[in-house]
Amino acid sequence: MQGVGVRRCRQIAKLETMPTTPTKAAAEATPPVSKWAPAVLLGWLIPGGGHFLLKRTGRGTLLLVTVLSMFLLGLMMRGAMFQPQTGDILTTIIYCGGFLGDLASGLLYLLATWLGYAQADVAGHVHDYGTKFLVAAGLMNVLAMVDAYEIATGKKD
Amino acid sequence: MPKMNLSHFEAAVLFALFASVVLGVITKRTDAERLRYGVRCFVYFLAALIGLGWLMHFGHG
Repeated sequence: MQGVGVRRCRQIAKLETMPTTPTKAAAEATPPVSKWAPAVLLGWLIPGGGHFLLKRTGRGTLLLVTVLSMFLLGLMMRGAMFQPQTGDILTTIIYCGGFLGDLASGLLYLLATWLGYAQADVAGHVHDYGTKFLVAAGLMNVLAMVDAYEIATGKKD
Repeated sequence: MPKMNLSHFEAAVLFALFASVVLGVITKRTDAERLRYGVRCFVYFLAALIGLGWLMHFGHG
């Protein structure tokens, strides 16, 4: 019982000592957009592009090969590209989320839709895997973009 | 564009391979750590794949 009281007092003391105004450290924690935007934007357009810009060629090549292979395999399995749709909550999450996942592949998605490789959804496990590969390629690219952001802002080597 | 026909297992193994490469590349700080983490992820993916496969096999009766 006494232990709980002591812990509570410590928590209150900690809250009282917390700064209420933004400090210099907090301002430094938000890096300027110009520092990371080019790497993130290039990383979106070309998978691994952000890493190439930041001179991380080896990792950039691995990311490019992985995302590109996944996207091409998805296309070869005749996977479907999601189109944003609204309706009930599940439909909205699946179709809008899937569309964002596809879009995250950047130029690969834009070229594939522009050149007419986007296909309608058909039944079958191979097509289903293809659709998942296409979305997963985009999601892998999002991870690569986050990595490029962290490298550009100095949070990571 | 050539058409590809893969089994469930082949498609899942390929997915595991690509996901492990990306997870390895982006998470760790040194190349040795990245390689180790990527391989570990791939082994975990395969273990889950085979384990769940057998679970579904016995679940079907």
